[in-house]
Amino acid sequence: MKVAITSTGQSLESKLDQRFGRCAFFVIYDTETGGVEILPNPNKDAEEGAGPASVQLVASKEVEKIVSGEFGYKIKSLLDSLRIQMVVYKEPEKTVKSVIDMLNKQ
Amino acid sequence: MAKVGQPRSVFLHLEEYEVIRLCDFENLNHHEAARVMDVSRPTLTRIYAKARAKIADALVTGKQIIIEGGKIYFDSEWYKCNVCGCLFNQPEKSVTPEKCPLCGSGSIVNYVPVDDSTQVTRRAPSDICVCPGCGYEREHEPSRRCKDEECPVCGSHLIRKNNLLAKDI
Ligand SMILES: [Zn+2]
Ligand SMILES: [Zn+2]
Repeated sequence: MKVAITSTGQSLESKLDQRFGRCAFFVIYDTETGGVEILPNPNKDAEEGAGPASVQLVASKEVEKIVSGEFGYKIKSLLDSLRIQMVVYKEPEKTVKSVIDMLNKQ
Repeated sequence: MAKVGQPRSVFLHLEEYEVIRLCDFENLNHHEAARVMDVSRPTLTRIYAKARAKIADALVTGKQIIIEGGKIYFDSEWYKCNVCGCLFNQPEKSVTPEKCPLCGSGSIVNYVPVDDSTQVTRRAPSDICVCPGCGYEREHEPSRRCKDEECPVCGSHLIRKNNLLAKDI
């Protein structure tokens, strides 16, 4: 299963970005293969519609789960309709790597 | 090419997205799609026509399509993990989660963010504080500034509902 993790930087040692729509990077982690893809977020500085545009971006990667600190209003209904699970994790000091380790322990 | 000053985006409402998904992607007929969305068939046809017009506009004039929340047909429930503290939803309606999707612990509880939602929706938007993080709503208390208040569900700062459109995380 692919999981999107919002990241403040482009390494796995970067911190979990607390914003979804305007995060700096998306780390797409594949729990089956262990593969990692790091995507800069083109909606980072968007004036409008960053949330829905970011949903489209991660949905195009066939992600089934998203881990972020905050999703923003209206995003839940959109993700519900796409059947993508939201995991709200308010831990700004955690690294992307530590989130991946948690996912792997299951 | 869109000219400078013209809107570069087309906003597709959630129900318009849903109607396209059902009719053109899942290949349901209008009768079936109307039943899934719980609307009358004329209403479905109207939403469909609107959706097609917007998509055609985006395609021909090179605009970006942005999907916006519209009427919500399905609202998943929230759960909280007692071990890692994360909050999560279960988008697959028929499934009850047994473990935390982050840490795998089995210690999870159902979370109900809104206690009197039926009353809240009837009030004016200016009288409601809403959480931009998870959608939690409550009545605004005149003596307090809601942006100083934290959401009891996810901890985000609350904002007044009528200011919501400006807030986009
Ligand atoms: Zn957990
Ligand atoms: Zn909240």
